[in-house]
Amino acid sequence: MKLTHDDVRKVARLARLELEDTEIESLSADLSAILGYIEKLAELGTDNVEPTASVVTMQAALRADAVTNTRNPEKTVANAPATRNHYFVVPRIIE
Amino acid sequence: MSKGETQRTELDYVLEKWEPVIGLEVHAQLLTESKLFCGCSARFGAPANANTCPVCTGMPGVLPVLNKRAVEYAIRGALATGCKINPVSRWDRKNYFYPDLPKSYQISQFEKPYCEGGEVSVDVDGETRHIRLTRIHMEEDAGKSIHEGNSEYSLVDLNRSSVPLLEIVSEPDLRSAVEAAAYMRKMRSILRYIGICDGNMNEGSMRCDANVSLRPRGSETLGTRAEIKNMNSFRSIERAVNYEICRQADILDAGGKIVQETRLWDADLGETRSMRSKEEAHDYRYFPEPDLLPLVIDDDLIEKVRARMPELPDARRERFVSQYGLSEADAGVLTSAKELADFFEQALAEHPNSKAIANWVMGDIIRLANDAAVDSEPDFSKIPCSPVQLAGLIRLIDDGTISGKIAKDVFGKMCGTTETAATIVEREGLVQESDEGKIGEVIDTLLAANPDKVAEYRAGKEKMLGFFVGQVMKETQGKANPGVVNKLLKEKLTD
Repeated sequence: MKLTHDDVRKVARLARLELEDTEIESLSADLSAILGYIEKLAELGTDNVEPTASVVTMQAALRADAVTNTRNPEKTVANAPATRNHYFVVPRIIE
Repeated sequence: MSKGETQRTELDYVLEKWEPVIGLEVHAQLLTESKLFCGCSARFGAPANANTCPVCTGMPGVLPVLNKRAVEYAIRGALATGCKINPVSRWDRKNYFYPDLPKSYQISQFEKPYCEGGEVSVDVDGETRHIRLTRIHMEEDAGKSIHEGNSEYSLVDLNRSSVPLLEIVSEPDLRSAVEAAAYMRKMRSILRYIGICDGNMNEGSMRCDANVSLRPRGSETLGTRAEIKNMNSFRSIERAVNYEICRQADILDAGGKIVQETRLWDADLGETRSMRSKEEAHDYRYFPEPDLLPLVIDDDLIEKVRARMPELPDARRERFVSQYGLSEADAGVLTSAKELADFFEQALAEHPNSKAIANWVMGDIIRLANDAAVDSEPDFSKIPCSPVQLAGLIRLIDDGTISGKIAKDVFGKMCGTTETAATIVEREGLVQESDEGKIGEVIDTLLAANPDKVAEYRAGKEKMLGFFVGQVMKETQGKANPGVVNKLLKEKLTD
């Protein structure tokens, strides 16, 4: 499968990656090769195989519903570039 | 209101030509103590970022651990709506960037939700409609962003981040804004009955998005839909969907095409508008969540949850009809909210007159709940009268101590206090007068003072009786037993 430059740009935009044109060129080739490999794998008949949700044969562990964390908002916002009254301050979210 | 008037007329015209097709996605916060994947409190109203930890703030190197009660509540939701529970379901990452989503992905269930199918019945204008559910899945909530006026900053609070949610997705089976709101009401009632969500729409613990499209009447093909967000009350749902129906009809009538997009409902302006920021929002690049193992729900767990299921609204309504002899309509009103149905049955346990209690509950009690309404939804948790008080009042009517008219006054005095009706009646001397001798005296005096009116009655003007009854009541400050008054008046007037 051949990925176009626009495909790569779109995926980069969705992942918030800024790419140079030269990077787009090489990434198109790399990603096309990876998808080519997936296509090869997809040739295998897997109709009777359960989709693999996990590689270990265990089920989700459950914990009791109890509040075990103590309040520590200072710690939560400690590394934030900007805070106010324990809120994170971020550039205005425009709607 | 002129705009609303115009819209209504326009809507009627639109609906002749176009059929709305509506599906709802309801988000309901589960009433667990702790969050879905960590031991932080899930309660609303804490100071900013008080209920946060490395897991729910997306710090590197942490692992989510699933809350057992959230799973049990989710199973209750599935059982209450007749969904088929998948024995194995799994978790996926839904990827998008937003300041209130610290991991930049939301843990959700996409490929394999924990349950599918199901149905909810909704009554609109006396007709029952069965709305199919596509699926219900579990997911974590995002945080909350706050915008203050024109400030160039927004504030982010992650207390809500990772609070457990059910997303309940309906099939596009709804055909009007009224039906959409009725469906939401029914869903809220069910979730509150089974005690898994408090249903507070103004606090955001229950929210919904609507997918709205139009097709020409008679057509079976689905049109292009728009998704409406930010409807935080039943009234908003109705207004937003009706606005959207008219907007789409305008475009289609002018030969245009509907753009598939997310639109935000603005309650102040009464319109929906495009959310450009969500343009790429549907490209979520889901993939299996590697940090969580598949969720296994075995029959054992399902049966354990089923054994603790409370009675559901539809079943309770049927029981009210068969057990208490109420009409379908009355039983429907009484069971529409769990608190109301509980109130009725608690009062009934004190005094077994189902008809009288039903009438008082549907009249005065609902009126009081409406007075305490939040966003035009009655608040049954704030009824200033207890079931025991109401039962005590009705007992006084039934044993002839007070008249129905006096009872209304006593009710007014009793509300907001802890006093019994009997105490108030005693203190204020409101006991009904049934003594024929005493009432007879009042009547005799009255008839003697109004010979002309007595003559009119005897000449065939029977409605004069009402005048005499009124006068007797006035003379006795409403305390005379109306049955005795009527009987004596008729006797004495025909003498």
